[in-house]
Amino acid sequence: MKSFIPREVESLWTLFTAPIVWAVHFVVCYGAVAVYCAKTAMLGFEFSTMRIILGGFTVVALGMIVLAAYLAWRQWGFGSGDPPHDEATRQDRALFQGFATLLLSGLSFVAVVYVAIPLIFIAECQR
Amino acid sequence: MTGEGLTESCPGRCPRLCRSSVALLVIFLSSCSGSQSALDPAGPEASRVAHLFFVMLFGGAVIWVAVVAALIYASRKKNAHSEESAGRVILWCGAILPSAILCALLSYGMWLMPAIRPWVPDDQPVRRIEVTGEQFWWRVRYLDETGKTLFETANEVRIPVGEPTHFALKAADVIHSFWVPSLGGKMDMIPGRTNPLALQADREGIYNGVCAEFCGESHALMAFRVRAVAAADYEAWLSERSAETRTNGLADAEGLAVFLKNGCGACHAISGTAANGRIGPDLTAFGERNTLAAGTLPHTAEDIARFIADPAKIKPGVRMPHFGMLQEADIQRMAAFLKELK
Repeated sequence: MKSFIPREVESLWTLFTAPIVWAVHFVVCYGAVAVYCAKTAMLGFEFSTMRIILGGFTVVALGMIVLAAYLAWRQWGFGSGDPPHDEATRQDRALFQGFATLLLSGLSFVAVVYVAIPLIFIAECQR
Repeated sequence: MTGEGLTESCPGRCPRLCRSSVALLVIFLSSCSGSQSALDPAGPEASRVAHLFFVMLFGGAVIWVAVVAALIYASRKKNAHSEESAGRVILWCGAILPSAILCALLSYGMWLMPAIRPWVPDDQPVRRIEVTGEQFWWRVRYLDETGKTLFETANEVRIPVGEPTHFALKAADVIHSFWVPSLGGKMDMIPGRTNPLALQADREGIYNGVCAEFCGESHALMAFRVRAVAAADYEAWLSERSAETRTNGLADAEGLAVFLKNGCGACHAISGTAANGRIGPDLTAFGERNTLAAGTLPHTAEDIARFIADPAKIKPGVRMPHFGMLQEADIQRMAAFLKELK
């Protein structure tokens, strides 16, 4: 059976996964609300619906970041070794990348939560 | 020289320092009250802004004390902590705690926001006033329920106590910002846009407002007054001012004639006369105002005469030309006439 968790790969792209999710979430949230508030009459649904949609998108984004963090944690050897991982070896390179990705994932998780907080409190468009 | 040595050599120094510090503290604290202080709120919106400030001040003070205490502890600690415990301190105090505090502050700010900036729908029957920022004064129009202008005035806004007044804020030339610290937060006035703002005063009084966005040479001389009066008095004043013609003050026919003869009516309007200019401030009830030149001078006949003779000397960049070439008697005559316009 094929595993849901991707296999371990040595690529710099995994480092950027969480920040990219954060950036996309930021742009989609701000863009969607701006368009909704400018075109409310055309869209024909309530702002609460928009909040629910973006809330769902936030959960998906957080899930992707948690998955990226888990993969980074695995790459880091589940915390078995301490940084700085600065030897010129393939293993240290992988451990360093895993640790850096884990930290970036933590930052991205907090940032996505901050971006989503206004969804709880802002209940209408104001023109 | 040590601190003890200093005290010994200047025995009176410490008491003097203490007295000076107390005097300075009193001066600083006294500036927290008054008609232009966000820390002396006179309305619900300003109260919430002040509350937010004090919460932030308290939180900031607690964090500052904790950081200084940690610094003193670290400087006095003889034996170093283990690397593991130092790592835990960095994780908790450098990442988790700041993230949690920021999250709490953001949530608190968001929770306050609807109350800080109350939204008045267009169809709700409230008092509506349109204020336009111009270099360097405020054009004020009182509107009826349909949005039609009842009358125009300048540099002074009158509102009823105990109910929200809806402001439609505009700009004629550059960006200005409308701010009455005692009543609420500021709102930018942007050319081509109408920004809404609802303010409410809970007690009668005169509150100072300022332009809070740099707008040119005399930006710092662009102030206004908000006069909060009882609702019944406001209603009576509104009815009286809405009347098309006025006679108070116009008994001075000679003053009016000098005013018209020198072309002042091309830029200024006085209801019930041939002066119907719209470029400068409406002077219909000029004598009712508390200040002259948008809060720049006291409202006396002498200062009115000074302003007529050379406005740019008092307010650099002002668009009104100087009238110093007129005979002194004419300037004095006009100043006396304007002072009595009520």
